[in-house]
Amino acid sequence: MSRTGIIIACILMAAVPYFFASGYQLFQLTLVVTYAVAILGLNLVTGYNGQVSLGHGAFYAVGAYTTAILMDKFDVPYWATLPISAAVCAGFGFLIGLPALRLGGLYLALTTFALAVAVPQLLKYRLFEDYTGGVQGIVILKPDPPFGLPMTGDQWVFLFTLLVGIVCFVLSANLVKGRIGRAMMAIRDQPLAAEAMGIDIAMLKTRTFAVSALMTGIAGSLGAIAVQFVAPDAFGVPLSLTFFVGFVVGGGASIVGPIFGAIFVEFIPNIADEISKAAPGAVYGVLLIALMFLAPGGCASLVRKAAPYMPWNRKTG
Amino acid sequence: MDGVLHQVFSGIASGGIYASIALALVMIFTATHHVNFAQGEMAMFSTYIALTLIEAGVPYWGAFAITIVFAMVVGTIVQKILMEPLMNAPVLASVGVFIGLLFIFNSVAGWIFTYTLKPFPTPFGEGGPLLGGFFSRHELGSTAITVVVLFSVWAFFRFTSLGLAMRAAAFNPVSSRLVGVPVATMLALGWGLASGIGAIAGMMVAPIVFLDPNMMGGVLLYAFAGALLGGITNPLGAVLGGFLVGIIENLGGAYIVGTELKLSLALIIIVAVLTLKPAGLFGKVLASRV
Repeated sequence: MSRTGIIIACILMAAVPYFFASGYQLFQLTLVVTYAVAILGLNLVTGYNGQVSLGHGAFYAVGAYTTAILMDKFDVPYWATLPISAAVCAGFGFLIGLPALRLGGLYLALTTFALAVAVPQLLKYRLFEDYTGGVQGIVILKPDPPFGLPMTGDQWVFLFTLLVGIVCFVLSANLVKGRIGRAMMAIRDQPLAAEAMGIDIAMLKTRTFAVSALMTGIAGSLGAIAVQFVAPDAFGVPLSLTFFVGFVVGGGASIVGPIFGAIFVEFIPNIADEISKAAPGAVYGVLLIALMFLAPGGCASLVRKAAPYMPWNRKTG
Repeated sequence: MDGVLHQVFSGIASGGIYASIALALVMIFTATHHVNFAQGEMAMFSTYIALTLIEAGVPYWGAFAITIVFAMVVGTIVQKILMEPLMNAPVLASVGVFIGLLFIFNSVAGWIFTYTLKPFPTPFGEGGPLLGGFFSRHELGSTAITVVVLFSVWAFFRFTSLGLAMRAAAFNPVSSRLVGVPVATMLALGWGLASGIGAIAGMMVAPIVFLDPNMMGGVLLYAFAGALLGGITNPLGAVLGGFLVGIIENLGGAYIVGTELKLSLALIIIVAVLTLKPAGLFGKVLASRV
């Protein structure tokens, strides 16, 4: 798609919900954007760099808690918490990646999985209770639209989330297109050749992990602002699995993939719930497995296959 | 001192269970280079089958045997129907399938058997503690069962030609196929075996933690940590690692971090192993030919 096409798509995405979506639908769309950014972060490290992480829910949690604590205890305005949360998450990601990234992908998967399991316990831990609010979590206020803009709080939160989301997607797209992006993919595909060409593998892997944690952390902040509430049990293993499912469904090493993945993880559980009230998880699982059989490369691979037949790519004449 | 010993012994008992699951994980990992995230859920589901059989009046050991056979059949079917067609697909697709399976087993178990905690009978009797009061009867019995299982698996791989064929298929599929080993069948058998071991672990852990659809979550993590501590390339190491993690978990939970941070111990163990001795205590340092 051309650059103008993308800009038009962004404007449509911003305008359509503004005029047509109800409060709850708007909230769901806000979450879709949030998840898309989180999955984008996961995609950078797993899809482009080949490092499997099963614990990105932990970075989402750190981002969400950073925003909530700053807003609740230090009266920082919501928008100003984003850069702080990004920096905190990047540092945290760097530290976690440091021991694990020197090793094979499976070890990182295990470490991050353990991290995902440990996070709710750490958030509940009584030494941090003064800040984290313990089991109860923290309630934060919904931001008002700035400059007296004529819109509801929900609409503003959606637009704000969309804006931050677009910035994250553009930055990531530029990152993977450039020299660093090529180095990331070289490490994934041919680590030896990459090292021989002078890429500092351990350093680049750790940095990629930090950038990935940063994106997912920003998503966590956006999620906290949208939900207006953080609590330890919302950030356990299921959340990390949700991101991973979204990543796999969307397809690795793709910038548009996370959008499909986010739509899947936000809406398919509801559909599964409507099909079977008794065992929604089973329906969800079957749908997931079915999708893996139909498109082992995720939705992004379907898009790639379909692209030549789309009107804007068809040769005229 | 008695308290410490008691913690060590119950650590050995739960360690045995981690060791079984760790062994199941390592078996599937060496054969396919996949980590089966649904391993714990499959074990949990088999345990429900055992409970249903026992409640229907089947004697314990009869139910025990039927459950193992059931678990092995399920494991084989899963491999044949779901994993084999994806053999040449990207690794991430099979991870997606594992996670899908995890959801399915968890949800179906909750649907059929409800999410309430259920007590699970122990075959070893409720009588008083043994060995000077350090071991409960169930702990002693389940450790014995675990040791027997682990020993038979080792003997199976070491001394039978089927075991040799399975090792060959995992080690070098192409050459194995050339000398006439049916690699696909061996992989399916490996899955069946791993699933059977998981079922035994499930039935041994259920009397301690009570049976519910989320029973295996923590167990799987400790098993991961055990496999890593012992060396994920080495089944015997994984077993010893499982026992060690059991002991560390119990001692740490009782004296250092308290029960509320018990699961975080697994994270600390994993990070410590990766930083200090990445190959694990008994693992081989893998060198790759350039």
